Amino acid sequence: MLAFILRRLLQSVVVMLVVCLISFSLFHYVGDPVASLLGQDSRLQDFEELRERLGLNDPFYMQFANYIGNALRGELGISYRLQTPVSELIASRLPATIELAMASALIALVFGVTLGVMSALKPRSFTTGVVMTLSLVGVSLPTFLIGIGLIYVFAVELQWLPSFGRGQVVDLGWWKTGLLTESGLRSLILPAITLSLFQLTLIMRLVRAEMLEVLRQDYIKFARARGLSNRAINFGHALKNTLVPVITITGLQLGSVIAFAIITETVFQWPGVGSLFVNSVQVVDVPVMAAYLMFVALVFVVINLIVDILYYVVDPRLRIAGRAAR
Amino acid sequence: MSADTTRPAAPVAAKGALARFLDSDIWFSFKRSPVTIVAATVAAVLILSALLAPLISPYDPFNPATLNLMDGFTKPFSESMFGNYFVFGSDNQGRDVLSTILYGSRISIFVGLMATLFAMVIGISLGLSAGYVGGVYDSVVMRIADIQLSFPAILIALLIFGVARGIIPPSQHESMAVWVLIIAIGLANWAQFARTVRGATMVERQKDYVAAARIMGVNPLRILLGHVLPNVMGPVLVIATINLALAIIEEATLSYLGVGVPPTQPSLGTLIRIGQQFLFSGEWWILFFPAVTLVLLALSVNLLGDWLRDALNPRLR
Repeated sequence: MLAFILRRLLQSVVVMLVVCLISFSLFHYVGDPVASLLGQDSRLQDFEELRERLGLNDPFYMQFANYIGNALRGELGISYRLQTPVSELIASRLPATIELAMASALIALVFGVTLGVMSALKPRSFTTGVVMTLSLVGVSLPTFLIGIGLIYVFAVELQWLPSFGRGQVVDLGWWKTGLLTESGLRSLILPAITLSLFQLTLIMRLVRAEMLEVLRQDYIKFARARGLSNRAINFGHALKNTLVPVITITGLQLGSVIAFAIITETVFQWPGVGSLFVNSVQVVDVPVMAAYLMFVALVFVVINLIVDILYYVVDPRLRIAGRAAR
Repeated sequence: MSADTTRPAAPVAAKGALARFLDSDIWFSFKRSPVTIVAATVAAVLILSALLAPLISPYDPFNPATLNLMDGFTKPFSESMFGNYFVFGSDNQGRDVLSTILYGSRISIFVGLMATLFAMVIGISLGLSAGYVGGVYDSVVMRIADIQLSFPAILIALLIFGVARGIIPPSQHESMAVWVLIIAIGLANWAQFARTVRGATMVERQKDYVAAARIMGVNPLRILLGHVLPNVMGPVLVIATINLALAIIEEATLSYLGVGVPPTQPSLGTLIRIGQQFLFSGEWWILFFPAVTLVLLALSVNLLGDWLRDALNPRLR
């Protein structure tokens, strides 16, 4: 167990170092930060002073070492566009993105598993047909169009829900949450649904496929022969055995949810890190781009690590295989 | 013609190419699937009308001389004050929405096709060589593909776009935008091709015809391109079709996010971005028609890809 975790940790560190190198190269080679910080009619002297202040005159390896050291301390440079430290920017926008991602992951998991189980147990029913067709259409629709469609129906026509922003937020000191106010919760509904749809269909199709597979197995037939109730068979035996891949995919998708939030946040003007990233790409604000890259990579690496360990805990076969290998 | 002499019993081979195609399994499964026929028709109409945009579009939407601001916000299926008829209405600048869609899908389809082609070329060359050579090279290429596949393509495309923006001088941003998009989307999608081609190549490599060619001293490059590649093209074609739909959606997404093509030469995504500004004031048509076009385009290409996958899969026959 320990060896397994250590090996995975080492791999994660290597991946993070590579990402650091990429994001540092972004810093180093893309654009002229001084030119983007100063106006066109600044004096040459100002250019030189700023260059020195930002440490751009140091050799490459020193800048890289500095960069990693600073990144470890949470200092990710100063935004060219907003002239504020990037870490502050990200920290102030992170709660919004995390709340959105968690809400949509929850929606996706609950509805995905429910619909998936339903469509597997009643493959020929009318509702299953409707759900499967809708899921096919849902996958081929671009996320931003789904968001715009929801805005049109629920915000413009019905005027039930707000179409942009986070509503009122409560400041908990280090975390501004929108989950405690009514307007905050109402604002969360549309973006969370938009963001969840893709994951939802994915989980649904996965649960359905796995369930259909498991229901054909001998031990299910044996359970039926033993006269167990349908409920015990379907949920106690079948669903339980489909959950391993579902956990993996849901976990791995959590990273994608955060990355996909870029689109949803832009559609709903949600003040999270995704919209910060898009705005930075538009004006080539390299420090923010580089920091976002590292942030997403970190999320992915950590999630992968947790999922691998969970896998190990959930699936006894892996443990036995690991012991046999040793 | 040597193929004919080896199978003299096959009457199919004697016919012309068209007759052979009409007799093939693919055409048979195409005829049998009404959904596919509809999808193919829709895709063909959209692609053809985009190709012929300069000929068939009722107005030239990007010529300021012919635009009249007073024509703005004309409703669909109605005439403006100046007697200009707009089928799908006009936008805020008095541009005919139908014409902007025709020109817009031209850009969307062009970017989608070129990006898919680009991804295909990179993916095939890396996949073929990795599958054939194996060893460290193979594991390095596949590890990169794995890492890239675990991130959403749109994120990678955004990053590449941002980097390209930083490298290219600002004065050329507008003129280079389409090519930057193509490279960004292409680089974001190569991994899928590489993975599939590599897998298929590893299977083909074991076969006798490759060994025979190698013994005969055929140049490895020629073995790969002339012998192995044609045998792995089936799955590549399927991925390419599905990838085309993806690339079109990715282009639309990037343009919608405001990092794609400039508003002076709008694609479908840019048009949707523009149209969204007027959603709240009730001018729904500026958004609606480009959105429907995009959905039809992506959906029909996607369905074609699904059909092709089933048709080329021998296990389902």
